[in-house]
Amino acid sequence: MSADSSSLAWIMYFIKEYGALFLYGAGITLLIALSGTVIGFVIGLVIGVIRTVPMDHNTGGLAKANYKVINFLLLCYIEIFRGTPMMVQAMVVFYGAAIVFGIHMSALWAGIFIVSINTGAYMAEIVRGGIISVDRGQFEAAHSIGMTHWQTMINIVLPQAIRNILPATSNEFVINIKDTSVLSVISVSELFFMGKSAAGSSYRFFEVFFIICVIYFVMTFTVTRILRYIEIKIDGPSVYTIHGSQTVPEAEIRIVNRE
Amino acid sequence: MDKIIEVRHLRKKFGSNEVLKDINFSVSKGEVVCIIGASGSGKSTLLRCLNLLEYPTSGEILYHGQNILEHDMTNANYRTKLGMVFQQFNLFNNLTVLQNCVVGQVKVLKKDRESAEKTAMQYLEQVGMSQFINAKPQQISGGQKQRVAIARALSMEPEALLFDEPTSALDPELVGEVLKVMKNLARSGLTMLVVTHEMGFARDVSNRVVFMDAGVIVEDDVPEVIFNNPGNERTREFLKRVLED
Repeated sequence: MSADSSSLAWIMYFIKEYGALFLYGAGITLLIALSGTVIGFVIGLVIGVIRTVPMDHNTGGLAKANYKVINFLLLCYIEIFRGTPMMVQAMVVFYGAAIVFGIHMSALWAGIFIVSINTGAYMAEIVRGGIISVDRGQFEAAHSIGMTHWQTMINIVLPQAIRNILPATSNEFVINIKDTSVLSVISVSELFFMGKSAAGSSYRFFEVFFIICVIYFVMTFTVTRILRYIEIKIDGPSVYTIHGSQTVPEAEIRIVNRE
Repeated sequence: MDKIIEVRHLRKKFGSNEVLKDINFSVSKGEVVCIIGASGSGKSTLLRCLNLLEYPTSGEILYHGQNILEHDMTNANYRTKLGMVFQQFNLFNNLTVLQNCVVGQVKVLKKDRESAEKTAMQYLEQVGMSQFINAKPQQISGGQKQRVAIARALSMEPEALLFDEPTSALDPELVGEVLKVMKNLARSGLTMLVVTHEMGFARDVSNRVVFMDAGVIVEDDVPEVIFNNPGNERTREFLKRVLED
């Protein structure tokens, strides 16, 4: 390849020479984004549930005080990780862990750790919003048949809250796929880092990052389609069909969704 | 008579607003009691206090003579004894019709799924909803939802059923099917406490009618007396207003 070869020729060249490397980087990106989103979702779920525990006349003074302290600590976590750039967090955590605590993480583990706790901070508020948005009547009906707060949460409220926050969770996943690129500052060999390495040897930034760009888009687009499909699956059909009524066994009554 | 619930000197304040002022009354086994009165008179709050969805400010609620406000029973334990039917139905949106009637039996009463489903089917049949067991709440009409809600409450096999304006959120043509179910329940001897604006139901079905106004029980008598010969001026005025139209 020479400097005056066409861009197309360069693109073909990079695909041939670096294709496997880019795909490896894309794999690392997906690995970090997926595990970060899943772990972050679990963190968010736990915090969101804790932060919506009701305090009523039965709650003792000590329990209330404990709860306030826990709530304050959780709020600190949320505010700090939402309020600082992930790129900076990556630096602080990766080098800080080594210098202050003597923990030498691999770049990959540090990356997964940072994306997880970052996503957790956002998901905590998303989950809280999802829980609050479930109609009060659902809680009351569950309490009226004798369910405790936890039974109500697990059987009635969380299934509805999680369904309602799926679109926001998809958002987080897509953001994570793109934002893992900032982990290149701690030399995680994800897709952006691979692109930088490839471009650095030839100074063909446009051609390399055009390929990188396409790979990112294919990943995010595929992921959003899959998550949308899951949403539709969860919602089930909007039409309810009764096969065989009592009076006319072969009758098939169709009832359209009313809402 | 065996009193299931007795309320003594019950008060409920929301901030400085006293919604219930010194309420005394009781419901005995097999009775059908209707609570009538204008909006804001405290009817629903009284019902919600009985089920501890609202916690009373002071007073006693005796369940078979035992004061439930003294932590003798956990809320959850006591609530299974009193079923509740809500104005807004409040079916569990994430569950099918059958699961709505099963979940409480399995999770709270710790019954096995098979016998819970059998019980649920029995009550769903009673309210005419056995064809819809696999439907989700958003796929059925308001009247059907309320019938399922009644079946859900019955599936817990409570000692009494509380109804909080069960037909007020329904389209007029759907009210009949729910009232029919409730009439059948009343005839079967179920103890019922019904907050309602359906004067016909109160007159024809109940054993006693309680008239509330501004947080107090003004009159508590058999329906013949309340509707034909009320002792209090306020009762007379209220009935004149609602029966005119």
